[in-house]
Amino acid sequence: MNTRKHLLGLEGMSAEEITRLLDTAESFKEVSERPVKKVPALRGMTIANLFFEPSTRTRISFELAEKRLSADSVNFTVGGSSVSKGETLRDTAENIQAMKVDMIVIRHSAAGAPHFLAGLLEASVVNAGDGAHEHPTQGLLDMFTLRERWGNFDERKVVIVGDVAHSRVARSNIHGLVAMGVEVVVCGPPTLIPMNIERLGVGVESDLRKALDGADAVNVLRIQKERQAAGLFPSIDEYARVWGVSADALKHAKPDCVVMHPGPMNRGIEIAQDVADGERSVILDQVTNGVAVRMAVLYLCSGGAAIESEEEQTTTEAKTTKGKQVA
Amino acid sequence: MMLKLANLTHTSYIIDNVVVVDPVRNTSYPGHVAIVEGRIDAVERGRAKEASLPIYDGGGLHLAPGFIDIHVHLREPGHEYKETVASGTLAAVAGGFTAVACMPNTNPAIDDPSVVEFILKQAKIAGRARVYPIAAATKGRKGEILSEYHELVAAGAVAVTDDGSPVASAEMARRVMEYAAPLGIPFIEHCEDMAASGEGVMHEGFYSTKLGLKGIPAHSEEVCLARDLLILKSVRGARFHAAHMSTCGSVALIRRAKEDGLPVTAETAPHYLCLEDKDLVTYDTNKKINPPLRGEEDREAMIEALKDGTIDCVASDHAPHAAHEKQVEFNAAPNGSVGLETMFPLLVKHLVKPGHMTLPQALALITNKPAQCLGIPGGTLARGVPADLVLFDPNEEWTVRADALHSKSRNSAFIGHAVTGRVKHTLVDGVSVLPAKVGV
Repeated sequence: MNTRKHLLGLEGMSAEEITRLLDTAESFKEVSERPVKKVPALRGMTIANLFFEPSTRTRISFELAEKRLSADSVNFTVGGSSVSKGETLRDTAENIQAMKVDMIVIRHSAAGAPHFLAGLLEASVVNAGDGAHEHPTQGLLDMFTLRERWGNFDERKVVIVGDVAHSRVARSNIHGLVAMGVEVVVCGPPTLIPMNIERLGVGVESDLRKALDGADAVNVLRIQKERQAAGLFPSIDEYARVWGVSADALKHAKPDCVVMHPGPMNRGIEIAQDVADGERSVILDQVTNGVAVRMAVLYLCSGGAAIESEEEQTTTEAKTTKGKQVA
Repeated sequence: MMLKLANLTHTSYIIDNVVVVDPVRNTSYPGHVAIVEGRIDAVERGRAKEASLPIYDGGGLHLAPGFIDIHVHLREPGHEYKETVASGTLAAVAGGFTAVACMPNTNPAIDDPSVVEFILKQAKIAGRARVYPIAAATKGRKGEILSEYHELVAAGAVAVTDDGSPVASAEMARRVMEYAAPLGIPFIEHCEDMAASGEGVMHEGFYSTKLGLKGIPAHSEEVCLARDLLILKSVRGARFHAAHMSTCGSVALIRRAKEDGLPVTAETAPHYLCLEDKDLVTYDTNKKINPPLRGEEDREAMIEALKDGTIDCVASDHAPHAAHEKQVEFNAAPNGSVGLETMFPLLVKHLVKPGHMTLPQALALITNKPAQCLGIPGGTLARGVPADLVLFDPNEEWTVRADALHSKSRNSAFIGHAVTGRVKHTLVDGVSVLPAKVGV
């Protein structure tokens, strides 16, 4: 039974629950492949997308997921933090709640902002990325993409390369993959590897070629140029040479090693052009799967029952049929 | 027939039927205390016999010198919406404190004798605890020009610090120590290397990694402390006091400095004894403090350092902030927790109950020892000193509730924390200063 009200992070989530989420996402992926891409699962529900930080991909992905579930959604986008805008996050959220919103999807530059709202509001809260903390739907869609390729997570090694210190994608991937029993190695300049990260159950290797040895997948993180300005590495050129994922570096990984990137990419910096567009790249699959995973998350957090068996899938079919009629 | 302490009206009287706790002599015993004209006249074992003075019933409570907190932010002048001298000293006496030393990060800063005089006047009007202003080490706490120490001390300042910020340059830290030396006042350093702290908001370690919050490394505190200790070696007559020590590395530095005979004293705060970085997993902004809550080994080192005397005393770093300032994203929240009303029961709960030290030893950390660090009076039961006393039940167990705090701000890191020991009466100059409603 699913009783999750919020999705604040993947930390502490069991393998069983992750599997249930991915299974549910699989059912929803099929919806996006139909001519009429809509089911009535969340009809009558109102969802507010609060994006306090610029994001195109994640916001559109959530919006599409909401629309395909027939939810009513509104977007609230502001640059910078709520504090600099004059209104506090608390006031913004309470105002939106006063308009009777059932769910809140929040992207915020401050780690813990979704937890703050979850403690304050009646609505369900879905974390769409909080500071350098977590980006759970990204972690799930990365895992969904891997499972789609592999069938399961047995005996697999995933390497996460880049600015791990500032990456919420890295943290959510680590929590999820470690829960599924995957060997995870993080790699990057020591100045961008956060203290004691090995205690999350991952290996640490600063040499990219060594890290990639025997890897089944590599998840390439976006490098923010401002980190160079902050003195955390000397130059983009050196970064690209030492930690950029190139075809040459990938020779150390398994031949069928999958290449992922959460986007947006800096081609030629953290990822070589031919790798980004190569046959091992699943970067666009990640984007496609993002919608399905977010549909599953919104559906389950709204109180929907997990879709696991054939029989329940039929129920979805029935709902879909009804959805078609409505549409 | 003994009188009730709740109805205390005399200035010369006996408090009978108490357990006297003497932190100076490290002892406690059933006894009674005679007070004449607001001063301690006699502290004796057993029950009172002669009846030349009115006798009040101590009800079997423990009686000790009034507590002294040498690191308090009273926020006045300038931030009266957070706390005032009146509300802060009310919180003080509710927590058993009869004297507090207040920090100069006010607006204006305590860098002018008029501000010292203003605070002392406000304290007198409030009529609760004694207040000892600590002056800014540099004008406006900017680290550029020395404040006028001679005039500030003449007005009543007892030490200098730029607390809230470090004295950033080694050159200025040296000049502060040199200029303060002949006045006999300590320089209190807020040890922090601002570049090392950067945009950090919590202790750097596994939990900052896990929570995705920027870390403040332990060495941010330690490099500044080490620098000051090196300077201290060469400044004749200087006295140095390290505020709110939080790391095991700092403990090691102070231990060595004391072995070398340097005139250094140090304080830590209750939150470094009872809370850790892992307690931030809920992103509770009331636990956002600077220096940040550290790791387990730091917390344990701090308790050891109190036991062996490396760290001399405990001060609350009482730092009131309004609710609207704390009810924001973790990154945006100001640092600090109120602490005056929870310090004593936290020490009982976390130092005395687990057997780290005896009750008189624990009380020495908030009575005579902090008084010695600053060179202020109080903290003893000596004959002839003002009868600044606290009576408490050392065994009463209670839970900290925000709405029961007397401070104007309720940003306590300890809300919901179970504690042991409850203050029942607080006397300054032998007069009850604790309002009846205290102890809800």
